[in-house]
Amino acid sequence: MNNLKHPIVALSGNPNTGKSTVFNALTGLNQHTGNWPGKTVTLAAGTFAWQNTTFTVVDLPGTYSLFANSPDEEVARDFILFELPDVTVVVVDATCLERNLNLVLQVLEITPKTVVCVNLMDEAQRQGLVVDTDKLATELGVPAIPCVARSGKGLAALKKAIFNVATGRIATSPRPIRYDPNIEIALAVLTKELSPLAPLLSPRWLALRLLEQDESILQHFLPEDKTSTSSLVMQHPSTTKKVAPWFS
Amino acid sequence: MVQLNSSQTAALQQARQLAANLPAPSHDQVVCSIFDTAQTIAEQSVKKMPTSKINWQERLDHVLTSPILGFPVMMVLLVIVFWLTLEGANYPSELLSTLFNLGEGALSALFIRLKAPLWLHGLIVLGIYRTTAWVVAVMLPPMAIFFPLFTLLEDLGYLPRVAFNLDRLFQWAGAHGKQALTMCMGFGCNAAGVIACRIIESPRERLVAILTNTFVPCNGRFPTLITLSAIFLGGTLYSSNSGLSASLAVLVLVIIGIGTTFAISWLLNRTLLKGVPSAFILELPPYRPPQVIRVLIRSVFDRTIHVLIRAVVWAVPAGALTWILANIHLGSGATVLSTAANSLNGFAQWLGLDGYILLAFFLGLPANEIVLPIVVMGYLAGNALLWPDTLSELQQLLVAHGWTAKTALLVMLFSLLHFPCSTTLWTIKKETGSTLWTAVAFLLPLMIACTVLFILNILLPSL
Repeated sequence: MNNLKHPIVALSGNPNTGKSTVFNALTGLNQHTGNWPGKTVTLAAGTFAWQNTTFTVVDLPGTYSLFANSPDEEVARDFILFELPDVTVVVVDATCLERNLNLVLQVLEITPKTVVCVNLMDEAQRQGLVVDTDKLATELGVPAIPCVARSGKGLAALKKAIFNVATGRIATSPRPIRYDPNIEIALAVLTKELSPLAPLLSPRWLALRLLEQDESILQHFLPEDKTSTSSLVMQHPSTTKKVAPWFS
Repeated sequence: MVQLNSSQTAALQQARQLAANLPAPSHDQVVCSIFDTAQTIAEQSVKKMPTSKINWQERLDHVLTSPILGFPVMMVLLVIVFWLTLEGANYPSELLSTLFNLGEGALSALFIRLKAPLWLHGLIVLGIYRTTAWVVAVMLPPMAIFFPLFTLLEDLGYLPRVAFNLDRLFQWAGAHGKQALTMCMGFGCNAAGVIACRIIESPRERLVAILTNTFVPCNGRFPTLITLSAIFLGGTLYSSNSGLSASLAVLVLVIIGIGTTFAISWLLNRTLLKGVPSAFILELPPYRPPQVIRVLIRSVFDRTIHVLIRAVVWAVPAGALTWILANIHLGSGATVLSTAANSLNGFAQWLGLDGYILLAFFLGLPANEIVLPIVVMGYLAGNALLWPDTLSELQQLLVAHGWTAKTALLVMLFSLLHFPCSTTLWTIKKETGSTLWTAVAFLLPLMIACTVLFILNILLPSL
């Protein structure tokens, strides 16, 4: 658990959803870039205050999924997975919600502490789409906040939701993705086996990766596996320090 | 590293063992479950008011990406593009060639007035000037038509639909669907296509896309294909529909190239580069009216001029070198060029080519567009006066040197399948950072081209 004096918010989303606009609208001019320790990746970070709490927002690369097919996807996934942000905000495009929900569902598999920011509500309206964010929130099991980041609409509600999820005032309970029955049976076995790892990460998520024979994830846990993956997989940082570097 | 205590490590190892013995779900199965859930949730929380704009675009997408109509529409569009290019390029090509002829006369007159030595006139006018003029006259008009048309399709938003259509085939080949886009870029320039492979995230699939990019004819090779189709496969040269039949011939070659791309991708995915294709999301952007002026400017400056300058830059030294090789006599009286061609002749005959053709492909490594002029220069050797100015003169010259429709077909296939040009190879070296893969990119197509020609040479009756 992070010290709530310095809560961290990870900002993820598909490309072209106005994620950067949300980032700018949230943090204003309080931005700087910093290296994620151990990674040769520069991420932009900024701060905003709500109820006397200063939140650090980290802008993750825009991705369509978290399958770690590309360096960008891997950075986004590893940040949510290992830096354990207090809240992960997924910015989605209201005009093509279905496609954007794929990423939301994948984030929810990793962390329940998620807020969905439904951006471009004005554009959706113009296209004749009525997005019921209350219904969406119920279906997903996490807050879904309608926004028009360009004009700043909905940002206060977004900050409030982030605060509430970070402090535990809102308890989130994501609806899990149901896989085919044969996968679910195997997942149940593996999830039970992996339950001792629950304080570190979602056993169900890890079980799914193991079942998919995606052994690249193991390098983060088992030292002998460090060299087994391709050279394109970046070395993971030592996680001895847990405080984000943007404060130093 | 995430620190695990001993019981956690044990649990992880245990689970890993278990997982290894459980049947692995396919990545598609997992992705489909996620997509299905997303679809269900989206359907429940979004209501759609019917608007005409969306319907119009969706209906168009239904046709252009339909499993039945998608491919025929693609073919028809390609034939239209080729046909416009072939027909439209004829007249300006002839005009340019006439202008360059006048220029050559003036240049020769100047050399005579200055009492320049004969070898200097040969090197500069017969070597450099003629090769460069050929490249410009033959290449510029088709490029100036082909590139804008292609950019227009790009601007309309059609190319992502092509990628969508081809995705099924690429998946069958075990390759990434985005390879359809890099392949399309290859039609413009293989070096550009190789750079475009950066959009493919997985290193394995990117390598497959890079290695097979050369199988679609780039703009340097289109003129060769178009010229030879027009002469040998277009029916009677001056019949009214020769343009159309030549377009169809080029289309067939393009389809052979695409087919080879699939086949070799399939092979690579099962041998050197094993793995499963990764899932990806392809955004189909809304159709937009193309910005015609911007398309023209962009395609003329970014592509046409760029490719033309590159071709001219290589035509100058290649023209000089070929002229020198064709005019330096060895002790026996034969020229360096003819000696080299003769030594290659035995092998070339197996492929249904001759030594000059094969030599031209190697000398044309820097730029494929100069292959035909090198062949012509080799045939002419001392008789530079017989330089062909029209397609029918070129046909007479080639036929006089034993060309048949079969030879033309084999030359076109070799041009289609052989090694990429030096610029592309250099780009591959930069993109992969590996000399080994660059060597594979050179040798693999060469082996395929030789095998195909060898077999066809035996199977095909003389045409």
